[in-house]
Amino acid sequence: MELVNKWPKYYKQDVVTHYCPGCGHGIVHRIVAELLEEMDLGKQAYLVCPAGCAVLAYRYLDFDIIESAHGRGTAIATGAKRANPKLFVISYQGDGDLSAIGTAETIHSANRGENICVVFINNAVYGMTGGQMAPTSLIGQNTMTTPTGRNPEVDGYPLHITDVVAQFPGVTYAERVSVGTPAGIRKTKKAIRNAFQTQVDGLGYSIVEVLSPCPTNWKMDPVTSCKWIEEEMVKEYKPGLLTDKREERRKEKG
Amino acid sequence: MSKKDKVFTVKVRRDFCKGCGLCIEFCQKEVLGASAKLNSMGYNPAEPVKPEACVGCMICTQVCPDLAIEVYSG
Amino acid sequence: MDKVFTSGNHCIAESAIRAGCRCYFGYPITPQNELGEYMAANMRKAGGVFLQSESETAAINMVIGAASTGTRVMTSSSSPGVSLKQEGLSFLAGFEFPAVIVNMMRGGPGLGNIAPAQGDYFQSTRGGGHGDYRTPVLAPASVQELADLTVKAFALADEYRTPILLLGDGMMGQMKEPVVFPEPITDLPEKPWALKGRGDGASRYQASLILDGLEMERHNWKLVRKYKEMAEKETLYELYMMDDADFVVVAYGTTARIAKGAIKRARKEGLKVGMVRPITLFPFPDKILQKVARQVKNFLVFEMSTGQMVEDVKLALDGLQTELSFHGRPGGVIPTPIEFSRVIHRYYRRM
Repeated sequence: MELVNKWPKYYKQDVVTHYCPGCGHGIVHRIVAELLEEMDLGKQAYLVCPAGCAVLAYRYLDFDIIESAHGRGTAIATGAKRANPKLFVISYQGDGDLSAIGTAETIHSANRGENICVVFINNAVYGMTGGQMAPTSLIGQNTMTTPTGRNPEVDGYPLHITDVVAQFPGVTYAERVSVGTPAGIRKTKKAIRNAFQTQVDGLGYSIVEVLSPCPTNWKMDPVTSCKWIEEEMVKEYKPGLLTDKREERRKEKG
Repeated sequence: MSKKDKVFTVKVRRDFCKGCGLCIEFCQKEVLGASAKLNSMGYNPAEPVKPEACVGCMICTQVCPDLAIEVYSG
Repeated sequence: MDKVFTSGNHCIAESAIRAGCRCYFGYPITPQNELGEYMAANMRKAGGVFLQSESETAAINMVIGAASTGTRVMTSSSSPGVSLKQEGLSFLAGFEFPAVIVNMMRGGPGLGNIAPAQGDYFQSTRGGGHGDYRTPVLAPASVQELADLTVKAFALADEYRTPILLLGDGMMGQMKEPVVFPEPITDLPEKPWALKGRGDGASRYQASLILDGLEMERHNWKLVRKYKEMAEKETLYELYMMDDADFVVVAYGTTARIAKGAIKRARKEGLKVGMVRPITLFPFPDKILQKVARQVKNFLVFEMSTGQMVEDVKLALDGLQTELSFHGRPGGVIPTPIEFSRVIHRYYRRM
C-alpha cells in the first residue's frame, strides 16, 4: 500500500496546530507548504506571520519565518525582499492585520509593486482577540463589539481592500477565493500558485484573499461555517480574479 | 491498472483529528463518520464507516485543516 | 584621507555607507531631511537600497525586515517621527536585531518646533517603546564624532545584537565642520542567526512573542546581561579640563559644545571648572562621575530640556556628599556660552 498524500516537506512532521476545529488557517498553511515543495521554493522561502491567530505559524511551517508587529507584515516583507532579493517572500496576514491596523503598509507596498506575495485570510472577524468586529465584518454580523449586528451607520461598511489594491498599476495579480468547499480549496491552491509564480518571474506584487471559516468566533459548527461562507460571505466578497497584469508586465520587462 | 480499478484505503490519524467534521460532510461516498470514542485531545475524531466505498478522490485530505487523513492506494 | 567640509546629516549618511550600511528606509521630517536626501543620491550608487517609506512606522518595520536578513540597515528621523518608530524599536530589542536609528531631536512635545532640543533623553535612554528593554544611545558633539560614532554604532549593533540610537539635535544635523571620513568597511561580521532561507539546513524563525512567562523572564534578564556587558566595555565619555577642577559641568551633545565655550570663559576669570561629557547616554558613565565625586563636590547639569539627564546624574551620585544643580533651556532655545558662563559663575560663587 502506498501513501498517496505524503506529509508536505515544508510542514513540520506530525505537529498538531493550536487552531480551533475547522479553522481555515490549517488548510491554507498546508497549501502554502505543498506549493513551496511543488515549486521548489522552500529553501529560499521567508514568510512573515502576522499578529493574529497565525502568529505561531513557525511552529508548523518548516522554512524561515519571522513574526510581525500587528499590521506591519508587508513593511517587513519589503525590507527583507529589498535587502535580499533572492529570498522568496510571503506575507501571511489576517483581515484585522491587513485591512485595519496595517492598511497603510498594505496600500503602499501594493502601490510600490513590491515583488512579494500576500496571502490574506479574510474571516470577517478578529480571531485571536476573541471575535470583535473587523473592517471586513458583514453588515448585520454579530460580533463581540457589534452585539446587535454591524450597523453601517455607526460601524461603517465592509472594506474591500483587495478590490482597492487590485486597481493599482503596481499590483500584478489579485484573486479572491474561498476554502468553504473542496472546489474552492482547489481554486485557492491554483490562485496561490499563480501568485507565487508572479514573484518567481519577478513580475511584482500579488495578493490572494482567502475567505476562510472561523467557527469559534462565528459561533457556528465547522460545517455550518463553510455554508455561511458560500451563502453569505460570497455575496459581499465575490470570489474571482480581480486583476491579472502578468502578460503586461512580461511585455514591459521585454 | 487504471485509477478506477485501484483500491483506496482511508486512514484517520485519530490523535491528529479535531473532529471538525468537514471530511464527513464533503465525502461524496459517505466513507467517513464520527467516532463515538473521544481521542487524546477530547474530540470525536472521524473514522471510516464505509471504507470499501473510497474512490481516492482525496477531497477529505484537501478539506482537512489538520493533515489528519491518510489515503493509501493498492 | 583628506578633510571634507560637510554637514552633520550628510556626514552620518556617508559614514553609514562606508560602514557597510546597505539599506536605508526613512520618511521626511525636519531637521534631518538632508540625511535621507544624501542616501537617495548615494545609497543606490553604492549598490544598496534607499526607500522613502509611507510612514515612520513602515520605515522602522522595513528596518526589521532588512535586519532579519543580516544586512546593515539604518533609519533616521526627528522627535515626532521617532515617537512613531518606538513600536519597531521595541520589536528590534525583542528580536535582538542590529540596526542604527538616528534621532536629530527638535523641540516638543507634540509637533513642537524644528529647533534643536534635548527633550527626548528619557525616551531614548529608557527604551522608548513598550516592554522591558533599553536602547544603547550614542551622543556625538561634533561632525567628526558623528562620523566616528556612526561607524561605531553599526559595530556595536552587530556585536551586541541590539538597535543603537544615534542621538543628535537639529544643530548637530545642520552644522558644517571639517571631517575625515572613515575608510570603507568591506569585511562585515558573519550573522549565523540571520534569516537567509533554510537552504539545505534546518528552518529557523525569529519571534518576539514569548507566551511562557518564565521564558519571557529569561529573555528579559538576558537583555539586561547584555546591557551590563555594554556598560562595562562600551561606556564612553570625555573629560574636559578636569585635572584641577573643583566644579564640574555635566552636559552632552550640543550643550557640551556650548559648555566648553562657557568653561573657557570661566577659566579665564580663574574659576576652576571642568566637564564630564557623556558620549554614551545608555549605558550612562556613572562610574566616572562617582570617581570625580571623590574630589569634586559641586556638579552642574546643563541640558536643552527641563531636566532629564540630571536624573541619571542624581542616580550616579546617590549617597555621595555632593551638591547637584541644573540649568535647562528647553523648547528649541540654544543658549550662548556667555549665558551659560554666567550660570556657572552664579553656582560657583555659592560653593
